[in-house]
Amino acid sequence: MLWNLFLTFFRIGAFTFGGGYAMISVIENICVEKKHWITHEDLVNVTVIAESTPGPVAINCATFVGFKQKGIWGSIAATLGVVLPSFIIIWVISMFLDKFLEIAWVASAFRGIRVAVGLLILDVGIRMAKKMPKEPIRIILLVAALILTVLISVFSWKISTITLLLAAAAISVAVFFVQDRKGKDGEQA
Amino acid sequence: MIYLELLIGFLKVGLFSFGGAYAAIPLIREVVLSYGWVSEEMLTDMIAVSESTPGPIMVNLATYVGTSQAGIPGAIIATLASILPAFVIILLIMEVMKHTLNNKYAQAVMRGLQSCVIGVITAVGVHMLYKNAIIPLTGAEADWRPLALAVVLAVIYFGSRKIKKLKKGISPILLIGISAILGIIIF
Repeated sequence: MLWNLFLTFFRIGAFTFGGGYAMISVIENICVEKKHWITHEDLVNVTVIAESTPGPVAINCATFVGFKQKGIWGSIAATLGVVLPSFIIIWVISMFLDKFLEIAWVASAFRGIRVAVGLLILDVGIRMAKKMPKEPIRIILLVAALILTVLISVFSWKISTITLLLAAAAISVAVFFVQDRKGKDGEQA
Repeated sequence: MIYLELLIGFLKVGLFSFGGAYAAIPLIREVVLSYGWVSEEMLTDMIAVSESTPGPIMVNLATYVGTSQAGIPGAIIATLASILPAFVIILLIMEVMKHTLNNKYAQAVMRGLQSCVIGVITAVGVHMLYKNAIIPLTGAEADWRPLALAVVLAVIYFGSRKIKKLKKGISPILLIGISAILGIIIF
């Protein structure tokens, strides 16, 4: 069973291009429909958890399915399985990437690619912002984080993204606390 | 000591990368640049390589940076460090804190984190475009080609979503392929 988990997630890891969400559809196909390791509800739940916890969705899903099947060892087998293919591929690529980039036409290609990557990241940010519930506190935090991050990179300030994240969490909790209090006072009055 | 630095650096990345692969990029960038492990150009190239190979971008970048700094042991340490927080947190949630995420204070924390992450991602996209497409316009010999390329790519990428047959438009991998070909032609 452990070997089966490892091999299955190795396959999932090796053939899923395009990031975590593409992987969920593959996991649905293999782990839910073919192998019946978890139910569809399980998968939806773990996706929601994966979205609100740190780390790649693929790792979260592999850990979850592995644990359901075979406890802690199952989760280790599945997680290592899903990571190993990209580990091997990137390791091989990184050995010759420096020399590869010195070739003139490859360098030109990557000048073009850098523009595309900027565009892709910007697009992800915009799409996430569109999907976000439009509560005032969220919008304020988003805009503040956006402006601060631009200022930080323009002026090379020594402020870490982690500091921004922790500050945003603290502000959000404080605002919630105040509103919660007000709500309760209102009910009592 | 490089192994310890890789371990701490990528544990940080793994622990604070809310919101999927792209959310991790600003953090990885910051950690990698602050330790001086890889140049910014190299990191952007590597993000493109990660886009066109299987697996989570965060894991790919951890493997790459680890290899470049300390060979295979470095790659193993950086990769494991980057996935360890996600692994442990899922186990904890399944075992101990099944109802934590329904707690209203936990949700307030998540609200703050999610909003901040979206702002940071957008800013990094803006910064990368500014650096690679706008900066070349300044200086003695203004180079307008990168900006023209950015406009063309944006039209192709966003325009393709309007075409009904393509449904979601062209994929990121295809866009990277197109940008590489156009790059070879114009630069």
